Amino acid sequence: MTAVPALAVDDLSVEFRTRSGTVKVLEKVGFEVDKGETIALVGESGSGKSVTAFAVMGILDPAGRVTAGRAMFGGSDLLAMSERDLAEQRGRELSMIFQNPRTALNPIRRVGQQIADVLVRHGGATSTEAPRAAVEMLKKVRIPDPERRAEAYPFELSGGMCQRIMIAIALSCRPALLIADEPTTGLDVTTQAVIMDLIGELAHESGMATIFITHDLALAAEYCDRIVVMHAGHIVEAAPGRELFSQPRHPYSAKLLAATPGETASLAELASIPGGLPDLRRSDLPACRYSDRCERRLDDCTRPLPRRALGERHMVACWNPL
Amino acid sequence: MTEALLDIAELVKRFPVGNKRLLHAVDEVTLTVGRGETVGLVGESGCGKSTLVRLINRLLDPTSGSIRLARTELADMKARDFARNPNRKRIQMVFQDAGDSLNPRYTAADAIADPLRRLRRMSGAALRERVDRLADMTGLPRDLLTRFPHQLSGGQKARVGIARAIAVEPELLILDEPTAALDVSVQVVILQLLQQLKQELGMSYLFVSHDLNVVRLLCDRVLVMYLGKIVEEGPAAEIFADPRHPYTRALISAIPQADPDKRIGRLRLGGEPRSPIDPDPTVCRFYGRCPKGEPRCSSEMPVLRTAGPARQVACHFA
Repeated sequence: MTAVPALAVDDLSVEFRTRSGTVKVLEKVGFEVDKGETIALVGESGSGKSVTAFAVMGILDPAGRVTAGRAMFGGSDLLAMSERDLAEQRGRELSMIFQNPRTALNPIRRVGQQIADVLVRHGGATSTEAPRAAVEMLKKVRIPDPERRAEAYPFELSGGMCQRIMIAIALSCRPALLIADEPTTGLDVTTQAVIMDLIGELAHESGMATIFITHDLALAAEYCDRIVVMHAGHIVEAAPGRELFSQPRHPYSAKLLAATPGETASLAELASIPGGLPDLRRSDLPACRYSDRCERRLDDCTRPLPRRALGERHMVACWNPL
Repeated sequence: MTEALLDIAELVKRFPVGNKRLLHAVDEVTLTVGRGETVGLVGESGCGKSTLVRLINRLLDPTSGSIRLARTELADMKARDFARNPNRKRIQMVFQDAGDSLNPRYTAADAIADPLRRLRRMSGAALRERVDRLADMTGLPRDLLTRFPHQLSGGQKARVGIARAIAVEPELLILDEPTAALDVSVQVVILQLLQQLKQELGMSYLFVSHDLNVVRLLCDRVLVMYLGKIVEEGPAAEIFADPRHPYTRALISAIPQADPDKRIGRLRLGGEPRSPIDPDPTVCRFYGRCPKGEPRCSSEMPVLRTAGPARQVACHFA
């Protein structure tokens, strides 16, 4: 592994101010992504995976505020950057693929033109050569008949094709970091497989670092080098996919795996996770936000969360790991 | 199998799309659902699953074919008359997004009571008692009955949707991706609830989903649909262990696999599906995406044929 990671997020905390109080959405979130590495952020709704990505990209909702932390990227801190500098980085060095391609694309602009726009704004292409380059990008994401499809509007294309257009836009300037927020939710499994293969190949080709946000553990394990498990705004475990599946160490990761229908032979073998997420508005949130649901809780668990290294690339934030 | 509860034969639905062209959404589909059986219906978006479901619960009029529910022909009736037909309460549905399918201005109790008022003419104390009983059956705490959908969690809304669907004691329950919007931990609870209700109430399920892992766990039999046609059917365990149609193989290959040793020999589909508008009746619908794709596939449409006990497949080479 290279000495300097592509992205190093450290101690990131985010709060949202709402009418019913301040919600501590992220607390001391830290992880690294190496060049050419793909990591997955997994967790249930409300775990803070998307907020983490939004904070790094500088596109948090106005109610959200980064209260602490750094996101070091190419020698500078993305969280401390001015909006103007960040706008330069986004599109060129940092790119994002959103969950719903149909709403993320401009509905009244031809898709080829939308790719060309990015190439002109961030890629240094002239407006005469950009359309040609856009067609090349469409070829690269394997859209059949790219010359004709470049002239299409998003509504004329299937969901899988729109997602490929999004990928083409995101990758057109060869970014150093790609964040993909549930890029295949709502797509068919067959299309999902093709899209994930494609992101994987393009990432591998260009040595791009990729953060892949999903709630599908098996998908994360198949396509990512490492899996980072989040629960209620904390990172509870980070490990290589296979290791996490064969030997989860955090009680929450183990429960999450036990609830996932994969290899299990019958429905009865699946177990739900008792309890729910704690109310993140509480002022007396426990140090471990899983402790109220945890069967392995000890008296120690009221102490600040540890970050225990178990081997070189395996971390667990638990006083009583499995 | 004893007598089938639902017996569909040669069912066709074509939608006009202008210039006298027709979109073949459901093309000569024949299927049965036995009493107490759970049948899974899988296929990509646009393959006609939803149209088929809307034909069965008679929200749409078929172009031709028959839909018999315990020997009663339902296909002749107009969709708008079916709402007042006594057979209406025998088929109920649980919709995909529990949030979107609940009336935002109805409390949970109103939502569950609605079919009882309309189809059973219940009211007063008897109605309240039945709603409480349904809440208990679906594991919805009674004190949540006065809440509106926006005050309920995803899992709670799913329970309301299920309670509403089973309120009038249907014989056939159609489940359209009932857990697609839920987290895995909630999904488990809802799937186990559905399993338990089926045993208690003796309903039959038609379970529409593209989560194949869920289909494998819940269903006795699986039907695979591709562009309006059933291309393979058989017992769930056999279909997953030994898929015969190349499309079924591709579907199963696409299930994400955490274990790299199990990723060998997987089939990936290239290209886009053929157009469902006026398709050539002599060309296999899967031709062009199929890794096989021999000349015969473009000159003769394969029909469903028997491929072992209780199994059928529509491919010249399977």
